[in-house]
Amino acid sequence: MTSNEAEKQGSSRRFQLPFQIRVEPRLEVPRWLSPVVSLGAIITALLLGGLILAFVGGNPFQAYAHIAKAAFGNLGVLSDTLVKATPLILTGLACTVAFRMKLWNIGAEGQFYMGALGASIVVLTGLVPEDASRFVTVSVMLIAGVVFGAFWGFIPGWLKARLKVNEIITTLMLNYIAISLTNYFIFGVWSEGGFQMSHTFQRSAWLPRLADFAEQMPILRGLTTHFGLVFAIVAAVIVGYVLYRSIWGYEIRLIGDNPRAAEYAGINITRNTVLVMMFSGALAGLGGMSEIGGVVHRLQAAISPGYGFTGIIIAWLAKLNPIVVIPVAVLFGGLILAGREIQPAGIPRLIQGIILFMLIASDVLLRYRIRIVRRAERV
Amino acid sequence: MSVLAGLYKPEAGTIIVDGESADFNSPKDAIAMGLGMIHQHFTLIESHTVTENILLGLDDPRFLMKLHHYDKKMETLGEQYGMQVTPAAKIWQLSVGEQQRVEILKMLYRGVRVLIMDEPTSVLAPQEIEELFKTLRSMTVDGRSIVFISHKLNEVMSIADRITVLRQGKVTAAGIHTATTSKPELANLMVGRKVLFQLDKTAKEPGDVVLELKAVSSLNDKGLPALRNVNLKVRSGEIVGVAGVAGNGQTELGEVITGLRRCTAGEILVNGQDVTNKSARVPINLGVAHVPEDRTHVGTAPNLTITDNVIMKSYREPPLAKGSSLDHVAAREKAVHLKDEYTILAPSVDTQVRMLSGGNLQRVILAREFSAQPVLLIAMQPTRGLDVGAIEGVQRLLLEQRDAGAAILLVSEELEEIFTLSDRIAVIYEGEIVGDGVEADAQQVGLMMTGGKESSPEGTTS
Repeated sequence: MTSNEAEKQGSSRRFQLPFQIRVEPRLEVPRWLSPVVSLGAIITALLLGGLILAFVGGNPFQAYAHIAKAAFGNLGVLSDTLVKATPLILTGLACTVAFRMKLWNIGAEGQFYMGALGASIVVLTGLVPEDASRFVTVSVMLIAGVVFGAFWGFIPGWLKARLKVNEIITTLMLNYIAISLTNYFIFGVWSEGGFQMSHTFQRSAWLPRLADFAEQMPILRGLTTHFGLVFAIVAAVIVGYVLYRSIWGYEIRLIGDNPRAAEYAGINITRNTVLVMMFSGALAGLGGMSEIGGVVHRLQAAISPGYGFTGIIIAWLAKLNPIVVIPVAVLFGGLILAGREIQPAGIPRLIQGIILFMLIASDVLLRYRIRIVRRAERV
Repeated sequence: MSVLAGLYKPEAGTIIVDGESADFNSPKDAIAMGLGMIHQHFTLIESHTVTENILLGLDDPRFLMKLHHYDKKMETLGEQYGMQVTPAAKIWQLSVGEQQRVEILKMLYRGVRVLIMDEPTSVLAPQEIEELFKTLRSMTVDGRSIVFISHKLNEVMSIADRITVLRQGKVTAAGIHTATTSKPELANLMVGRKVLFQLDKTAKEPGDVVLELKAVSSLNDKGLPALRNVNLKVRSGEIVGVAGVAGNGQTELGEVITGLRRCTAGEILVNGQDVTNKSARVPINLGVAHVPEDRTHVGTAPNLTITDNVIMKSYREPPLAKGSSLDHVAAREKAVHLKDEYTILAPSVDTQVRMLSGGNLQRVILAREFSAQPVLLIAMQPTRGLDVGAIEGVQRLLLEQRDAGAAILLVSEELEEIFTLSDRIAVIYEGEIVGDGVEADAQQVGLMMTGGKESSPEGTTS
């Protein structure tokens, strides 16, 4: 060995660790890996959040305990959490459906408002008579909410399919139009005594709540969870069937992954673009209807603190799995509720942010295997 | 050529420039040595101006662009070589010919002495080709060298001083003086005449006409004519080979038949039924299978599993479809069965197809298309990029389909393959079928493929 060579080896050795970290793409992802990695990411996020809390002088354990108590501590707050989760499940599902086909519908917020507007119109214009039964009123409201939401999804869907207009822009802008349109009605047409809200709906337009059954079961007293949750869960099951079991779901997946291959397989992309956007809008619209019928019972400003946008995050966190959307939405509902309880209110948001970050980062672990290989000893 | 331009590193051998061996790590190194390349697909930024594109990546305007100053410079440089350019124009406003001039200027501005041009005429109109040739001649007068890559014999004969023939990455003839050769001789060198292996092909009397194209015309993606007045018939139990150099309308031919591209004129019949400009679903339902040219972008959905990919054409029909539901168990069974039958090498049918090698990916496509027992099979470059063993397998499968009575349209750039498999040969050149039903004569076909059919073979140009 020449001295030159020896020197080279010596210098290169200085920079080497005794092991090597190799990143290899995974050929197949085992079924159990995804939930395990997601759980790991949430735990890591909570640890990181705890570190930050400790750093600014708080007690992370107390803070977490408080958040948990405020969101899930007793039947009352749990019920409130579920109320918050209901619209989130529906907007999360709306985004899930569209994102599966790589249609970036960020207009769930607007579709939510339109759903609320549609449901209000049938009540406030007297389209359903005031003495109609609750079943009839709610059914008509449901249809109106779904149709209005679907229409708000149809517009960007049609523009995208026929004129290739970017749906991100149109859905985003339609949000503002929907909100302004709602405002027009509550400031002008249905303003009650100059307040920016309509009058309260008649009782038959209220979705049944758990508290309504308190007479039969006293334990339900004061529980606000309403029938919208049932809509949300049924919707999740339907979306799950469509995406995983139906022929249409297969087409949506195929178009989402490779539109040219889908076209080659004889799938009508134009038609599916419009249909999927309408389906997505209908789900968000149902969310708006359920919020109006189950919680506020009137049309007013700011019915949504950004449910449509949170729906985007929820869809991603659930990895576009409609069933997983439910627990994720409940977690977020809890964090929103806890945000009112805890000071400063930013803490649950901070945790939300870190969780999102960790979950997205953890995706690498699903796609790649990280191996630590011991360097072979040089002989 | 990409090796010379510094895009790829050579695995073996050396490049010698001006008597010194050169080691390129990037196109920058190659340009520094005086070697520049103009790709067939231009490398320009559409929303920038001509001057900005030429200056891109250079150190000279360091911070302030001083565009006016450089605009002048570009204009003078252009005039020097007889090229008119508008330096302040944005690239997207220019015609293809003008864009090419910008590419040439880019190289001249960098002081390139050897200019490599990959199929520079393929995107140009005849008149633009003349202008290009003028520019190239004025450059050679100036002492610069040009490597002109083309498959069109007429052009090569008219512009080149010396000719080198490449076939499958090997030089088959180097440095022939243009004056001493002829088009037939070149055509011969290009196609070769060796047959690698013999397949047992039984003689078979073809049946009824399955596919018929009547005077079909169509445009390519750029809106230029890709197919001109194409007439073609394929009978059941017969393989019709379409020979031609890439980019002469083969892709478009496959696409119009399968409903992926609109015809501007003409009629396409499958088993007597009109499928002209119908959606892709119509030919599929009539039993037309299609092995597409582009396996990853058209033929498969990369992130879906093998199962999802093999059911792409059959998922709408029973037994896979049950009402509005898809029977996943049946789909998986089908996939497992096909994986065995077509020896697709993968851990399981749940593997995403992007993980598969080129040969296995092609088997996924073949399994899907062949298992449907098609009446008509459009096979586009079915063996491209496969190793010898895989090629033979694919060719056997094609013959099996033929013997089972399918009508097959085989489009391939490999003449050997066309000659081995086809019952009849059609030659396509610039979107026209220039020879139909030709008896196997490699030299004649080679000549027709390169546009040398019309003019008589002569060898005195320069």
